[in-house]
Amino acid sequence: MTVAVDFRNVDIVFGADQAGSLKMIDAGASRAEILEKTGNVLGCAGASLTVNEGEISVLMGLSGSGKSTLLRAVNRLNVVSRGQVLVKDGDKTVDVVTCDEATLRRLRQKQVAMVFQQFGLLPWRTVEENVGLGLELAGVPEAERKERVQRQLKLVNLDQWSKKYAHELSGGMQQRVGLARAFATEAPILLMDEPFSALDPLIRTKLQDELLQLQTELKKTIIFVSHDLEEALKIGSHITIMEGGRIVQTGAPEDIVLRPANDYVRDFIANVNPLSVLTAWNVMRDRRDLEHGKDGWVWLDRRKTTRFKIDDHGLVAAAERDGKPAVWVSCADVEGQSEEAAQVFWANPGTSLKTVMLAMHRSQTAPVALFDDQSRFVGAIGIRDVLSAVLRR
Amino acid sequence: MTTVEAEGQGGLLHERGDMDPISKFMVDHKIPIGAWGKAFFGFLTDNFDTVFRAFSNGLNFLLDGLVGILLMVPPVLLALIIAVIAWLLQRSRPLAIGVFLGLIFIINQNLWKQTVQTLVLVVAAAAMAMAIGVPLGIWAAHKPKVYRVMLPVLDLMQTLPTFVYLIPVLTLFGLGNAPGLIVTIIFVIPTAVRLTHLGVVSVPKSIVEAGEAFGATKSQLLWKVELPSALPTIMAGLTQSIMLSLSMVVFAALIGAGGLGTEINRALGSRRIDLGLEAGLAIVVLAIVLDRMTRIAVGGKK
Repeated sequence: MTVAVDFRNVDIVFGADQAGSLKMIDAGASRAEILEKTGNVLGCAGASLTVNEGEISVLMGLSGSGKSTLLRAVNRLNVVSRGQVLVKDGDKTVDVVTCDEATLRRLRQKQVAMVFQQFGLLPWRTVEENVGLGLELAGVPEAERKERVQRQLKLVNLDQWSKKYAHELSGGMQQRVGLARAFATEAPILLMDEPFSALDPLIRTKLQDELLQLQTELKKTIIFVSHDLEEALKIGSHITIMEGGRIVQTGAPEDIVLRPANDYVRDFIANVNPLSVLTAWNVMRDRRDLEHGKDGWVWLDRRKTTRFKIDDHGLVAAAERDGKPAVWVSCADVEGQSEEAAQVFWANPGTSLKTVMLAMHRSQTAPVALFDDQSRFVGAIGIRDVLSAVLRR
Repeated sequence: MTTVEAEGQGGLLHERGDMDPISKFMVDHKIPIGAWGKAFFGFLTDNFDTVFRAFSNGLNFLLDGLVGILLMVPPVLLALIIAVIAWLLQRSRPLAIGVFLGLIFIINQNLWKQTVQTLVLVVAAAAMAMAIGVPLGIWAAHKPKVYRVMLPVLDLMQTLPTFVYLIPVLTLFGLGNAPGLIVTIIFVIPTAVRLTHLGVVSVPKSIVEAGEAFGATKSQLLWKVELPSALPTIMAGLTQSIMLSLSMVVFAALIGAGGLGTEINRALGSRRIDLGLEAGLAIVVLAIVLDRMTRIAVGGKK
């Protein structure tokens, strides 16, 4: 995997006494202490984060946690006090902190585009003129500009609106213009600073879906700032949680939900519905942890109602439920199954916990077996596993 | 204490003999600001008199020439041309008709020549003030330190009584339209600077950042983001500049600028209520015409 953006020990301090503040950061001082001693505001401290090409990396935190500050270091809207921000620029890597003005401008025009919370549209320009802003600044000839702008407007379904002024559009449409403007430069890296926070919940959900849809084709590297964990879990392939200017935890969405690093993260996820993130893989008991009987039989549950006979290749040779031979049925096919034969439901590790629970509920059976892509048996999920995952106990 | 009070009440303060010792001491050591100023302007007139006079003559020639050309056009035709310009700027038929009728009224009052002189002076002064004031305002908006230094100078230019700087301008540039123009420009520049500054510093941060984030150079940022966004305020500055220039017409006339101001001064000198009323109304008509023509001609899209 190629690294698109790499933050290395980034400190950002706003104020005059940079040296004094950095010394206090090294001593582990908090934002409040630094403010009191030096009068400077700590933006972020010791932030290290690697963002790979094509992933959506979400920076999360309450307001003032430094998430936007860190994001804006990528195109130097915020000046980094110390550390490196390495951005992929074609075959090379550029340190945005130290590069010259011309390089920075080229990065901003061609490599890194941005979407703003308050849209940042120019009210005296029409929609198409707004979308063409980046291309215009980069000196793209008018004919090519027009063509690229039209293509982007089609992409976000605004081609009917190209001659309107930004303020004639609804908030959701304005942010689509913001997205189109960012896409128009064809920059591979996209910075999104709480892009959907100013929108009402329905439109927000819709734009999130559209973004995910577009991302499957465009495959941009997206750094996305959000204070909404549901949003982060929905769109993020990685989530970084920040507090008081420092990174507290980085990981895949389910890592954050299942293994919160501290109380701050725990508070954050307290009200999150785990069903939206967890998969069968996250809650299952591994095959090796199950109780083994004789002749290659394995009990799937603690109450010993269901067992599989596993052959040398890890495949299931026979299944028994309540002492009778059983068939196995995919969780995805839970509808329309007769209950005459004994059944064991199965799922893939990537199946969402929600689907597994639905299967359990509809069929009134547990446990559910998990098979990998080669149909090998990998583990099982019982009622108790589901409950402990949902209740996070 | 009582003696000081008694003495303070007893005599006029500038009669040094009656002063309390502290005031007397201070007056004896008066800072010779007036003398310095006089010496400074004396130095300028002694050494650069020809330069100032040449500048003044050139300016007079330009202004008088422009007035001469405009007066060669038949008055009604010129009024029609101005009405057409009003229509082109604002696309409003009632406005164009109003402008035309106003100017016809002035022709009817037999004040056309004076009005054209005043019009040229006012438009030239406002244009010059904008030409100097807008760049200064942009500079001040980008450099808060510059603005802090500029601020007291602007205050001085606006509040120093006009008569005070009529005197040195008169000694440097002599009588005529040129010194009138210069006095007007001095008075009007602060407004142009202030409103431009206000317009540029009020550009929403979000759109400045959008420009930066998409790789704008400093000059692209100025021309494509800051100036368009500040344009309504800058245009308000233009309107204000024209109005303030008009308010200086009477003062400019005191040092030889021709036009409606001269008529009003003459009316004052000879206590002619009728003449004063006619010239005064002509100025009002001119003010309304210019104000409506320049009022937010751009950026008024709803």
